[in-house]
Amino acid sequence: MEMDWQPVWLTLKLATTTTLVLLILGTPVAWWLSRSKVWWKEIIGSLVALPLVLPPTVLGFYLLLMLGPNGPIGELTQSLGLGTLAFTFPGLVIGSVIYSLPFVVQPIRNAFEAMGERPMEVAATLRASPLARFFGIAIPLARPGFLTGSVLGFAHTVGEFGVVLMIGGNIPGETKVLSVAIYDHVETLEWEQAHWLAGGMLLFAFIVVYSMYLLEKRLRRSGR
Amino acid sequence: MSTIEVSLTKQLGDFHLDISFEVPANGVIALFGRSGSGKTSLLRAIAGLIRPSNGVVKINGEIWQDEHQFIPTHQRPLGYVFQEASLFPHLSVRRNLEYGWRRIPKANRKIDFDSVVELLGIGPFIQRATHRLSGGERQRVAIARALLTSPRLLLMDEPLSALDHGAKRSILPYLENLNDELAIPSLYVSHDPNEVAHLADQMVVLDAGKVIATGTAANLLTQLDLPMAQFDDAAATLAGSVSAHDHTFHLTWISMHGGRVAVAREDLPVGRHARVRIQARDVSLSLKAHSDTSIINILPAIVVDTKEVNQTQMIVRLELFDGQTLLSRITRRSGLGLGLHEGMQLYAQVKSVALIG
Repeated sequence: MEMDWQPVWLTLKLATTTTLVLLILGTPVAWWLSRSKVWWKEIIGSLVALPLVLPPTVLGFYLLLMLGPNGPIGELTQSLGLGTLAFTFPGLVIGSVIYSLPFVVQPIRNAFEAMGERPMEVAATLRASPLARFFGIAIPLARPGFLTGSVLGFAHTVGEFGVVLMIGGNIPGETKVLSVAIYDHVETLEWEQAHWLAGGMLLFAFIVVYSMYLLEKRLRRSGR
Repeated sequence: MSTIEVSLTKQLGDFHLDISFEVPANGVIALFGRSGSGKTSLLRAIAGLIRPSNGVVKINGEIWQDEHQFIPTHQRPLGYVFQEASLFPHLSVRRNLEYGWRRIPKANRKIDFDSVVELLGIGPFIQRATHRLSGGERQRVAIARALLTSPRLLLMDEPLSALDHGAKRSILPYLENLNDELAIPSLYVSHDPNEVAHLADQMVVLDAGKVIATGTAANLLTQLDLPMAQFDDAAATLAGSVSAHDHTFHLTWISMHGGRVAVAREDLPVGRHARVRIQARDVSLSLKAHSDTSIINILPAIVVDTKEVNQTQMIVRLELFDGQTLLSRITRRSGLGLGLHEGMQLYAQVKSVALIG
């Protein structure tokens, strides 16, 4: 049997990129959600959480329309000379970011909320500017949330299927990730390859969940 | 110019804070009041942690807030000690101390790192993680951390209230030391008259979000129209100096104009300034200076005010010859028997005296 590693690397690349983008975009969102007092805060909170309950195909469908040649984002990217993002790797990243957003934002928001106002107030009385307080106090104190968020975001991206299929299709080396490859193998009755990939995913998922428990336990014991 | 001037209003839920006072900016100024009187909100407003709807905060002529400007907390030269130590859990004791210190330009550092560490006895555990400290140790680190920003005003929000009795006693000397060693005025929130008597010179009394009295602690703590004199453990503070040691009976005499009191022998030099605290319920009154009593502390005094505390007891405010005040809590029946009236001269018999420094 010939093992095709390309979907594996592509999946890891997608999950890593998505997680990094999510940490950068999700942190300010999580902070705002944890601190803002405006009445429409939870509307944004619900929008962020939407991918939790929405069928991935629904999300993928709308993204396809948006990214496609006649969609608002598609027109924008075309006018910038970037072509359309549907059926490309960057398109996949955009889809994954939206799909995994709640898995990263929620744990970070919880950690920011659990920390309370006090540490930031103390830091302010010790002359720390808002930015210095955020990076020197809030982020280190929310470390467990960042850890959980990264692991969940990464793992969830590895496991996505519906969104990828809708906006990524099945282009080897560009959009053909693990889950799609498994589906492909099954469709073409290549049971052995499907077994290897599926078994690998099972093991991966278990290791992720298990090590998260261990890490959380250790963080709690060290008093953060 | 060296005053603390505060006047602000703020609606907090259904609580209305409406504060205005001005006190000389030196020594410890107690912000006193029962819980819910607005002490903490006032302190937070002075620090800029809450934003009053309108107000003026002027420290030594420097404007922290008025109708035109609001200096954010991190730009105010203050030190703040919270009720709980609130050390940063992700930093060691040393890094906690350095957090504010390293943000102060070298030229503006008036307080030496090592001497603060020594003053608060932090040396032995400076390398430790914060969660391995006792409550008293944590609060000492918090105080040192605030001092290391070389503040021009120290704000302390009941820094001892979260500590048990032992830790409290162990930390009080450090706080008293602070006053002597560092010339930083501080606003000290407290609801404990004893703590105030120990630490404070000036006092601002709050009730239901308003200032009801401002003045020296010794005077206000014995004012009969303020709540403190009516507490069960109401007491007066007398200032005097060590005048003699009695080696035979193991006593130390503290003298003030017009009288002297004895405390258990203390190893203090004669002439040293000393303060004693006398509980109102330990003071009985007599028309004559009895020598046929077990009580050795007998001070001539004049009645200046009386007030009934409940149906059985009354409190009497007395003035010594040097103008210092003393409280006596007696039964209404005794008061009637003595024929107490303002201006009456009598003798205060003091059963027990505590030296407080």
